[in-house]
Amino acid sequence: MDIFRLALLTVPLCNGTAIAQSSTNIFAPAATPANSIFELSMLVLGVTLAIFLIVAGLLLYAIIRYRHKPEDSDQEPAQIYGSNQIEVSWTVIPILIVVMLFLSTTRVILGTQAIPKPGNALDVTVIGHQFWWEYRYPKLGVITANELHIPVSDPANPVPTYLTMSSADVAHSFWVPRLAGKTDVIPNRVNTMWMDPSQPGLYLGQCAQYCGTQHAKMLLRVYADSPAQFDAWISQQKKPAVDQSTGNTAASEGQTVFMQNACINCHAISGTAATGRFGPDLTHLASRDTIASGAIPNTAENLRAWIDNPNTMKPGSLMPPMHLNSHDLDVITAYLTQLR
Amino acid sequence: MSATTQLPGINETLSAHEGRPPISIVYEWLTTVDHKKIGLMYIGFALIFLVVGGIEAILMRIQLAVPNNHFVAPQVFNQLFTMHGTTMIFFVAMPVLFGWGNYLVPLMIGARDMAFPRLNAFSFWVSAFAGFLLYFSYFGASGLYGAGSAPDVGWFAYAPLTSRVFSPGHSTDYWTLSIFLSGVGSIGTAVNFVSTIICMRCKGMKMSRMPLLVWLYLVTSAMVFVTISPLTAAQIMLTLDRYLGSHFFDTQAGGSAVLWMHFFWIFGHPEVYILILPSFAFINEIVPVFSRKAMFGYPAMVAASVGIGFISLSVWAHHMFTVGMTAAANTFFVFATMVISVPTGIKIFNWLATIWGGKVIFATPMIFCIGFLFQFLIAGLTGIMLSAAPFTWQLGNSYFVVAHFHYVIVGGILFALFAAFYYWYPKVTGKMMSETLGKWHFWLFVIGFHLTFDFMHIPGLLGMPRRIYTYEASRGWGTLNLIVSIGAIFQAAATLVFVYNLIRSYYKGKDAGHDPWDAWTLEWSTTSPPPHYNFATLPTVYSRRPLWDIKHPDDPDSDFE
Repeated sequence: MDIFRLALLTVPLCNGTAIAQSSTNIFAPAATPANSIFELSMLVLGVTLAIFLIVAGLLLYAIIRYRHKPEDSDQEPAQIYGSNQIEVSWTVIPILIVVMLFLSTTRVILGTQAIPKPGNALDVTVIGHQFWWEYRYPKLGVITANELHIPVSDPANPVPTYLTMSSADVAHSFWVPRLAGKTDVIPNRVNTMWMDPSQPGLYLGQCAQYCGTQHAKMLLRVYADSPAQFDAWISQQKKPAVDQSTGNTAASEGQTVFMQNACINCHAISGTAATGRFGPDLTHLASRDTIASGAIPNTAENLRAWIDNPNTMKPGSLMPPMHLNSHDLDVITAYLTQLR
Repeated sequence: MSATTQLPGINETLSAHEGRPPISIVYEWLTTVDHKKIGLMYIGFALIFLVVGGIEAILMRIQLAVPNNHFVAPQVFNQLFTMHGTTMIFFVAMPVLFGWGNYLVPLMIGARDMAFPRLNAFSFWVSAFAGFLLYFSYFGASGLYGAGSAPDVGWFAYAPLTSRVFSPGHSTDYWTLSIFLSGVGSIGTAVNFVSTIICMRCKGMKMSRMPLLVWLYLVTSAMVFVTISPLTAAQIMLTLDRYLGSHFFDTQAGGSAVLWMHFFWIFGHPEVYILILPSFAFINEIVPVFSRKAMFGYPAMVAASVGIGFISLSVWAHHMFTVGMTAAANTFFVFATMVISVPTGIKIFNWLATIWGGKVIFATPMIFCIGFLFQFLIAGLTGIMLSAAPFTWQLGNSYFVVAHFHYVIVGGILFALFAAFYYWYPKVTGKMMSETLGKWHFWLFVIGFHLTFDFMHIPGLLGMPRRIYTYEASRGWGTLNLIVSIGAIFQAAATLVFVYNLIRSYYKGKDAGHDPWDAWTLEWSTTSPPPHYNFATLPTVYSRRPLWDIKHPDDPDSDFE
């Protein structure tokens, strides 16, 4: 029974193992909300570990000490029916522990949920879809999908990111363990959460509320950029889609195929006839590292296979097979890989 | 043994069928209103579904044993966890606990049957029908993935995934109707337990003298009224949404997804206590007998049970810490949830004090109780962790939660149930179960349980959400999941040993006699198996342990009450 306890303690302690390097370890916080949860969890773990050692120790002692031994007489042991003093003591002591834990917990709840939002906070709107994420930067005029870019927040001059979240279909949950606890993304309801990563880097997570067939591959990628990187990313994303009318003939042919097919019913590419919002915005698709909500690396080969039939890569994906011939697939891929 | 005969008339058996023409065994069981037969049918029904739900678990564990596995398709996996959860809660845990209650409560209060025998039979058959209806979905439901698909919306079936937009076909309808019918059966049984316990106690059995098992079934049944009703109502509302155009949970038309969560969890959390209180009940009867001591702190145990019953009705939204409740609401549910650990702690301490100073006999029922005590302690402590809302912000819907509630349900409830099977099997059949096989069962199960559920906590801490059919190797969850899956094989093997023991002992077990454990409650005063109508002459009791009084006329309990 102690295996679990020991294993639990080794998680934060052992560096160098695959476990400690896990990109989604809640014990490796990289932002204030995750860190305050980490500190609370250490306190709670400490208290519960102490309770476990005491009670399990007493139980073990009682079982060994008071076991029936062959040399014992046949007489029944002394019958003891109870003791009010003892009952009171093991009622009052747990109450005191509960009050202590409750107050510590309340402090973290208020520190996360009830602090004022700084004026310079970045606003991002998160919309959950079956089975991908839409991100909008309403004040910056940027719409993207599946890869969230936010600025690193300097503790001396914090620039937290506030997420305003809702869902286009069913309930989802936004969980990037190293940055913050999860918040459910629920249709016909608006939730908020915030995070302020202190170190640049890529933080992973995934949808944490069962949302249908491909719940498992509704992955989350949060890029914490330095302020300069972030500004550069924003200004690049604000640009309209790359104009295909000059140069690359395959790409411009691909654009024509794209615009003449059902692609535009679901996908938007700014500055073109494609204005669908059911699927991810593709204006700067080629600037992303992954497709299919983080499930597949964004290479030309993968992209071509995906367009051919998404269900072979992500069964249950709502994008239908496009039934394009090989040439059309080639030129569409050429077009989309140009959209940096 | 000889002492038991001193209860007046207790050994005279009533032969209810004497002088009647013989009837077939099948007809007799199908039409019976005898609480013992109905109890056994509940238990048999639950054991069948235990095997079914167990096979579903094994299939899921094969799929998750290694990253990027293709053993089952995502659609199939989603059906497996939905069916596993629904089956285990509604068609294993509830019926097996109701079954033992049906069998034991009338015997322990010195009654001849339940208060409403026909209602009892109705409740059983409607629950059984609900179970078969759920599984008929495999043949009859043209669901999301074509004909023959089982429900795949998860066992708590969050809206709006259950609406017709996202769940076309009839798989969700089978789920809804099945839960609805099962709820009707549960409420019927609860009415019966409350009436029986209030009205049918034998002479001298005041409320303050009832065995703790009976107290716990009283509290459980009262909770069933309060909590199954909203669940049943929610099923009706969902059906109205799906077919008659109402919009309770239809978010596209202004309905509320969160409303479903409230309806479900006001059932869902007390449900945990509905299941664990009868498990406490078994522990309360078995630990004193095998420690050879009276229960320590009987009034405190009763108070704690009633307290848990009340407090458990105010903790449901701790399942909803991540849905964006206000800080005030979160704080309230943190407090309510933490407070429930106080009466639960009182119970553990009283069991400890009962063992303390006793002479502990390590028979199979007792070693399962000891397993229960350690495992339930850990389950309670991970529960305290999760009651701290920010901890749940991280770990809600992760494998840590899955490990936590399996610790409660398997490590707690199932271990207590195994103890109950070994303890009361001699009463039910007149034969002892094999102690050797019992110990094989125990140790295999303990090894499997800890391999599976200890290690299952860690992927949760490393960010693994529940209900995913596969995961990437780069997340570092692979080795842990493999260990978890290996443990499942041990548990399956242990369960086979148990089932074999049940069957083998019936034919080859040693004769048990009336009272093989030298116990103290009324069921041990009658024959094994008990006759029709249990007691020829209704007993009169003078204390909480009537058989102790008879066996120790020089030192009766009645002197101390």
